[in-house]
Amino acid sequence: MGEMAVLIGVFAVTFAIGILLILRIPPRLHTPLMSMTNAVSGVTVVGAWLLLAAGGLGGLGLALALVAIVMGAFNLVGGFAVTGRMLRFFKKKESPHG
Amino acid sequence: MADRWQLLFDAAILVIILIGIWRFRDPRAASSGNLLVGLALFCALGIVIFRSPAQTPWIAGGALAVGALGGLSVARRVNMTQIPATIGFQNGAGGLASCLVSFVELSRGSAVSGIGEAAGVFALVVGAVTFSGSMVASGKLAGLVRQAPLAIRGHRGILAAGLAIALALGFGLMAASGSARAALAGGALLASLLCGILFSIRVGGADMPVLISLLNAWSGLSAGFCGVVMQSQVLTACGATVAASGLILTHAMCRAMNRSLAAVLLGGAYAPPPAGLREAPTAQPQDAGHGPGDGEGAAASDPFVRAAELIHAAANVIVVPGYGMALAHAQRSTVQLANRIRQLGKEVKFAVHPLAGRMPGHMHVLLAEAEIDPDLLFDLDEVNSEFAAADLAVVVGACDVVNPAASSVPGTPISGMPILEAQQAKGVVVCNLDDRPGYSGVDNPLYRDAKTVLLLGDAAETLARLMERVQ
Repeated sequence: MGEMAVLIGVFAVTFAIGILLILRIPPRLHTPLMSMTNAVSGVTVVGAWLLLAAGGLGGLGLALALVAIVMGAFNLVGGFAVTGRMLRFFKKKESPHG
Repeated sequence: MADRWQLLFDAAILVIILIGIWRFRDPRAASSGNLLVGLALFCALGIVIFRSPAQTPWIAGGALAVGALGGLSVARRVNMTQIPATIGFQNGAGGLASCLVSFVELSRGSAVSGIGEAAGVFALVVGAVTFSGSMVASGKLAGLVRQAPLAIRGHRGILAAGLAIALALGFGLMAASGSARAALAGGALLASLLCGILFSIRVGGADMPVLISLLNAWSGLSAGFCGVVMQSQVLTACGATVAASGLILTHAMCRAMNRSLAAVLLGGAYAPPPAGLREAPTAQPQDAGHGPGDGEGAAASDPFVRAAELIHAAANVIVVPGYGMALAHAQRSTVQLANRIRQLGKEVKFAVHPLAGRMPGHMHVLLAEAEIDPDLLFDLDEVNSEFAAADLAVVVGACDVVNPAASSVPGTPISGMPILEAQQAKGVVVCNLDDRPGYSGVDNPLYRDAKTVLLLGDAAETLARLMERVQ
C-alpha cells in the first residue's frame, strides 16, 4: 500500500510541475511540444519490458507484450525523430538573427 | 525494485525530462530540450533492460528494433503538412502499448491489488480509447476517412453506455480469477475500442486541433496509470507530464474557439446556420470578382491586376495564412510573395490564428519549413488591433478564421470565436480555392465585401500569377 501511495504522489507532483512549466511555453512551439510529449508517452515500452522480465505470460500474453514493445518503441523513437526534424526548421531560420 | 539506486536513477531522469521541457520556452533552445528528454528516456529504458533482463532477450530486443526502425523511417519521410496525422498515429501506438501492457498484467492476475488493479483498469480503458480514437483522427487528418463529423442516432447515449460497460467489465475483473479475468479484460478492451471510434467520428474539420490535443492528454494518462499498475516511477511521472501538457493544449484550443470542451466533442451546442446565410454564395455569383477600381476598363476588371495595384499602393500589409495554403502546398509561394513585398519597401506581418492549422501551433511549423523570417510572425492577440491601420490584408487559404459572421451572426458553429479582423483593413485580397464556406459551413461575407479582390483557384498557381505582376 505504501508503494501505491508513493506512485500516486509521483503522479500528482509531476502533473502539477508539468502544468506550471507548460503554461509558459509560447504557442508557436505548441506543435513541437505536443510531438515531443507524444514521444514521451512511448515510455510505456518500459512497462512492456517489465512484463517480459517478469515472465510467465503464456502464449497470448507474450505475443501482446511484444506488440506493445513494437508500438511503444515506434512511438518513442519516431516521436523524438520527427520532433528533431521539426525543430531544425526553427533553428535554421533563427540562427542568422543570433 | 524500489531500492535506493533505482529511486536515484528515476529522480535524475525525471529532473532531466523537466529541464528538457523547460527549454521549449525558446525556439532556439527547444532542439536541445528535445535531445535532452530523448536521451533521458533512452537511459531509463537502458536501465530497465540492464536491471530487469527479459526472459526472451533476443525476441524482446528484436521487437524493440522493429518498432524503433519503423518509427525512424516514418519520421524521416513525412512533410510538415502530414505532421498532425503522424502525431495522431504515433499517439495511437503509445495508447495501444499502454493498453496491452495493462491487459496482460491484469489478465494474468498480477501481484498488485486494490488501487494498483483499479489503475490497470483505467490504463486499459483509456489506452484502448486513445488507440482507436487516434486511428480515426489520424485517418481523418490524412484524408483517408471523411473529415466531416458523423453523428449516429443517440450518439451520446451509446457512447456513455459503451464506456459504462467497459468500466463495469474492467472492475468486474478485479473480483474474478483464472480465465474469467482474461475474458472480462478482453470484453472491456473491445467496448473501449468501440468507444474510441464513436468518440472520434463525432468530431471533424476545424475541431481537429481539440481532438488531437485531448488524445495526447489521454495517451499520457494511460501511460501514467500503466506506470502505477507496473509499479514504475519513471512511467508514472512521464505519463503525468504528458497528461498535463495535453490538457493545457486542449484548453488553449477550446479558448481559441471560445467554446467549451463538451460543446466541441459532443456537439449540439449551436443551431445550424440560418438558411439565408447558406444560400448567399449562389445569390450573387457574378459579384465574385468585384473590388476597388471596378469599371476602369478591361484591364481593371482582371482581379490579378487589381490585386497587384492594391499591393503596390499599400505601405503595410498583413498576410493571413490558413490551412488551405498547406493543402495547396503554397507555403513557399506565400513566403516568397511576402519577401517580394518587403523588397518593395513595405512592411509585412503574418497574422497566425491559433486554429489556422490542424493542431496547436501547426501554422508556425508550416511557415518555418518555408523558411519564413520568424520576426514576421504574430499571434492573434498581438496583431489583431493592427488590421484597422493596415492598407491591405492578404488572406491565403483561410476562411473561418477571418469570417466576420463569427461576431455578427449568432447560432453558427463559429459564433463567438475570436477572428482575425481582416475585414477592417482598407483593402483585402483573398486567394482561395473557391468562394464556398470553410470547414464550419458558414458563408463568409468577407468574400462579397466591395473592398475584397477574390483570386480563386489553386493558391500556388494564383500566387505565382500574382508574383509576376508584383515587381
